[in-house]
Amino acid sequence: MTHFRYEILRTFRNRVFYAISLALPLVLYYSIASGQRHGTFDGTAFPLYFMTAMAVYGAMYAVVAPGARIARDRSRGWLRQLQITPLRARTDIAAKAASAYLLALPTLVLLYLAGASLGVRLHPNQWLELTGLLVVGLVPFMVMGFILGYLVPVDALAAALGGVVVLFALLGGVFGFQLATSGPLFDVLKCLPSYWLVQAGKTTLGGGGWPAQAWIVVAVWTAVLIPAAALAYRRATSRV
Amino acid sequence: MTAITDTGPGIVLSGLAKSYGPVRAVHRLDLAIAPGETVALLGPNGAGKTTTIDMMLGLTRPDEGTVSIFGESPAAAVQDGFVGAMLQTGSPLEHLKVREIVRMMASYYPHPLAVEDVLRITGASDFAEQWTTKLSGGQAQRVRFAAALVGDPDLLLLDEPTAGIDVEGRRDFWQAMRAITERGKTVVFATHYLEEADAYADRIVLIARGEIVADGPATEIKAQAGARSIRATLPGVDVEALSALPGVRSAQRHGDAVLLSCADADVALVALLTAFPGTRDIEVTGGSLEEAFLELTAADVGASRQSTEATR
Repeated sequence: MTHFRYEILRTFRNRVFYAISLALPLVLYYSIASGQRHGTFDGTAFPLYFMTAMAVYGAMYAVVAPGARIARDRSRGWLRQLQITPLRARTDIAAKAASAYLLALPTLVLLYLAGASLGVRLHPNQWLELTGLLVVGLVPFMVMGFILGYLVPVDALAAALGGVVVLFALLGGVFGFQLATSGPLFDVLKCLPSYWLVQAGKTTLGGGGWPAQAWIVVAVWTAVLIPAAALAYRRATSRV
Repeated sequence: MTAITDTGPGIVLSGLAKSYGPVRAVHRLDLAIAPGETVALLGPNGAGKTTTIDMMLGLTRPDEGTVSIFGESPAAAVQDGFVGAMLQTGSPLEHLKVREIVRMMASYYPHPLAVEDVLRITGASDFAEQWTTKLSGGQAQRVRFAAALVGDPDLLLLDEPTAGIDVEGRRDFWQAMRAITERGKTVVFATHYLEEADAYADRIVLIARGEIVADGPATEIKAQAGARSIRATLPGVDVEALSALPGVRSAQRHGDAVLLSCADADVALVALLTAFPGTRDIEVTGGSLEEAFLELTAADVGASRQSTEATR
């Protein structure tokens, strides 16, 4: 429990990162969505679409944050130091995962409030459903953060994490436009977890929830990434 | 503290070997350490000290041979909280205070010591509320020491624990260590500071090029090297002639003073007085650990090894 507490403490004491992961999506949201309060996009109200998109964007940064911490710990030799204590790797990983979601949660709430201020109205159950979908859909990104943290040198890590987030955000339609709405490219985009994250607002409002494809996409990404993360962990701590 | 330290098996390294590509870091290393012993792994840089410690910790997997820590594998011993270590690398974590990091380490162990006691013993109380990133080198070292101690492990493995620390800091460190080892801990530390090994270890294991070249108490190591020396005043003598005397290994002359490094000082002394009756101010000194170190770790490892084994 102490490990959890300090892991979370370390997360929130990184104030600059915390502030940016909160403020950036919020600023983007107001500066773009306030001009299109009554617009529609992708078959739904723009404020709802963009609220979800920006919540996803901020939360993606939050859930890849443990990767940055892992890389710094690794470069400082702390990963090796932990290996020679009775602390189990899975406890450490669970603590980092918990801290990732705790960091993401305020971003979601803040964006919901911003959305509400621009006229987004959802039933309490729908807010919960949306949150649930985002929590599930963010799992692959959290695992990606772990993988990069274990593999990428610390001085290249910010670029790697930022790159992954921006790339997936862009392809998923986070920035208010979609690269394709039909054809083979669209089929590819629909295989990305970030696409379905952004869609979560719309599907929640529609009442249908995520289609089966969304669950499959997230499940497959997770199923592929978790063993990759295990390999990356083993490589980072390999007993050569 | 526990039954294991008192009665159980100690630490046994048998036939350990580890190569990194063509570089042979450790070669057929055998070593048995009894519970409660304080052992220095002494050797020049690149001798294989760190590799040996990493294998004892399970951080490095040996190519050959086995490590047994109190009868368990290194991984199991670590898991059971029997091992505490100060690695060469490993700076304290950011976004935590000193007390927090020690408390965090304590939480990993089944029976930790009181955090405040450990901070006091290691001299870290004064800056317990400091951020770990704002510490001086000496302070960071105390924190790493506290982190290694707080789990109350039976075995402490310290890889160059006082590297880069000033003399005073080093003395404080070993004073604290003494306070700890009185409770019956086994301590293995790597160092290339001779005085440190001489002053604080019950036993010195001298390592060169991945092999043990000598093993025993400091006094025995000095004797093993056989290096006693003769100082005397002898004006105008030919160094070559001195070197040729029986029992003399090498000779130096500084002005009127001569220094003979001897394989057998008794034989050399008789020969010296016979050949140069005018010799004055004669002084026979026991070899220093430094001389022993240089001799035993010098080029001819095979021969040293043989002589070591012969003297056992």
